[in-house]
Amino acid sequence: MKRLSLMVLWLLLFPAAVVHASATTGAYDYPFVDPYTATVIGTPTIYRPNLPEEVPVKDYSLTVFEDRQIPDVFWYSEGLKFSLVPQKERAPLIFVIAGTGASYQSPKVKGLQRAFYQAGFSIISISSPTHMNFIVNASTTKVPGHIIYDSEDLYRVMELAYQKVADRVDVSEFYLTGYSLGASQAAFLTRLDEERQVFNFKKVLMINPAVSLFNSVNIIDQMLANTVGDEPGAFNSYLGRVIRAFATAFDRSEPLDFNEDFLYRVYKKRMPTNAALESLIGFSFRISSSNMIFTSDVMNGYGLLVPPGTQLRQTTPLTDYLAASLRISFLDYYNRYFYPFYHAQTPTLTSEQMQREMSLQSIAPYLRQTEKIAMMTNEDDLILAPGEIDFLQDTFGERATIWPTGGHCGNMEQKDVVAFMVNYFKE
Amino acid sequence: MRKPLRIRIVMATVLMLLMVTGGAAVAQDQPEARKFTDPNDPGYEKPIANYDPWEGFNRSMYKFNYGFDKYFFVPVVKAYQFVLPQVVRTGIANFFNNLYEVENVFNNLLQGNAEGTVNSTARIVFNTTIGLAGILDPATPMGFTKMQEDFGQTLGVWGVGPGPYLVLPILGPSSVRDGIGTGVDAAVGTVWATFVVDEIYSSASDRDKLYWGWTGLYYISKRAGIPFRYYETGSPFEYEYVRYIYLKYREVEIEK
Repeated sequence: MKRLSLMVLWLLLFPAAVVHASATTGAYDYPFVDPYTATVIGTPTIYRPNLPEEVPVKDYSLTVFEDRQIPDVFWYSEGLKFSLVPQKERAPLIFVIAGTGASYQSPKVKGLQRAFYQAGFSIISISSPTHMNFIVNASTTKVPGHIIYDSEDLYRVMELAYQKVADRVDVSEFYLTGYSLGASQAAFLTRLDEERQVFNFKKVLMINPAVSLFNSVNIIDQMLANTVGDEPGAFNSYLGRVIRAFATAFDRSEPLDFNEDFLYRVYKKRMPTNAALESLIGFSFRISSSNMIFTSDVMNGYGLLVPPGTQLRQTTPLTDYLAASLRISFLDYYNRYFYPFYHAQTPTLTSEQMQREMSLQSIAPYLRQTEKIAMMTNEDDLILAPGEIDFLQDTFGERATIWPTGGHCGNMEQKDVVAFMVNYFKE
Repeated sequence: MRKPLRIRIVMATVLMLLMVTGGAAVAQDQPEARKFTDPNDPGYEKPIANYDPWEGFNRSMYKFNYGFDKYFFVPVVKAYQFVLPQVVRTGIANFFNNLYEVENVFNNLLQGNAEGTVNSTARIVFNTTIGLAGILDPATPMGFTKMQEDFGQTLGVWGVGPGPYLVLPILGPSSVRDGIGTGVDAAVGTVWATFVVDEIYSSASDRDKLYWGWTGLYYISKRAGIPFRYYETGSPFEYEYVRYIYLKYREVEIEK
């Protein structure tokens, strides 16, 4: 109800920004033509299908590496967490891979759970390899973002997760899906599955994938840089404004999680301008990346933020690390940590080769010929660089579905989109 | 003076002692975090800093609260939600909101906020009568929306700063000012609640049982309305973010 009245207010205040999409496309009924608004607001309730509020979900914890030492400062993150939503009868099981920085219980994952459970599927949900809990427990290199290694780690986790719940769920066959970075990983996971043949995925759906991880993170960096500006102190004052806006809109009755979803809720209530929306998307990713980079640095003892030899304990103040990690862009991470780290392992690897390896282009021939993979994205997806939408269309051909609007993952809960996803796995 | 109130005062004293002793134990022997000096931003300072001299104690208490929440509070809340349907739980929450609305009247008066005093008083009058002893909340649709005023805010309005950040046992994020405020509100609430209990029951043994029963129910009902779960935000900086947001949130509330 509250959501609805906010939407009405939004429509009254910004009539120019909102055009009913049905007027132009007929069937697809999604309200936002502006990709920033779509990405931040997502899908208003009235454009969603009727789905159960709650599904029977059970959380589990895995020990992935027996000899993994959990640093004292991360004591609360021991054990890789995932969830199972089981059907009572024999049914196909869909693995869901979360997007950048997101956990197995993020709102977007929960949205997929509701849709797929209603349609008769069992679901196992896994956090992104860029999520703290995954880095601490399940990352081999502990330097996240490497799509090949991250996918191998994911595959190992999926095997262990299924073993753990095998006696609680009756599976007829396995499917796979993921959104955002999770979609790109799903492509690599499918290729890996051809070799390992543990699941033999029958159908795979990629939802709003990044084509080139390097391009996408550069776009995201720019979103923040564009608005915050170059003046001294600009970042600090920006941060102060955002937190104040959040505190003003804060509602104790809503859940708190410090990833992209958290700040989106703030600005839903604040009705900001487009520039503010753009920076907010960039800042939300910045929060996710700061979590990721600090966690990785501690796990590896790399010394990017935490000087080597520092003992971080359960009660050590971390404010200075938070401040420092919020200043690191994705590009900084790539240049100062990610590329040097992997370059040290393979000295012949150039930066250009590395960037190409971290892309769907590097496995384009495989994607072109693999009938079981379908791809869905939006024409105005913000994380795609010029030409990448054409690459997707060209590579997946008839297996590509491109919605006219929705920004980055904004339409995942829209009626027609949900129906499409469910039907894809049902047919 | 009644027994429940005495126990609360003892608890508050223990808490004060914990604060004072815990505060002394913070070690400052860590090397500094590496600075990421932005070429565009030479005047870089700590963007997220709050006055938290008792951080060692606070972090330990935060951890204690996590354990209490996970192994006791949340399971009890889940059982509560499983046993009682939503409509009953809403009724219970409304009942307690109405019962303790008197704290809002008290604080609005102290803040010299005439509008707020009228609002809170009107809520009590309508919700206690038409709202069947507070189980329903007809005052909200009538335009008297709930406005939380606590003694911490009253002190803030009087110009008292928050002082050091403080994580209270079970209750969570607070400050010295707001902690004192919580104590004062609890005292007012207890005096009022025991008065109401006395009106309902005259037998002394029943009265104590009833008092403790509903105090327990009150906290369960309150926790059930807060979806926050410790260490599930996915951030290694959860403590910092919670602290920062709590303190800003209080600033904004006091300004309102």
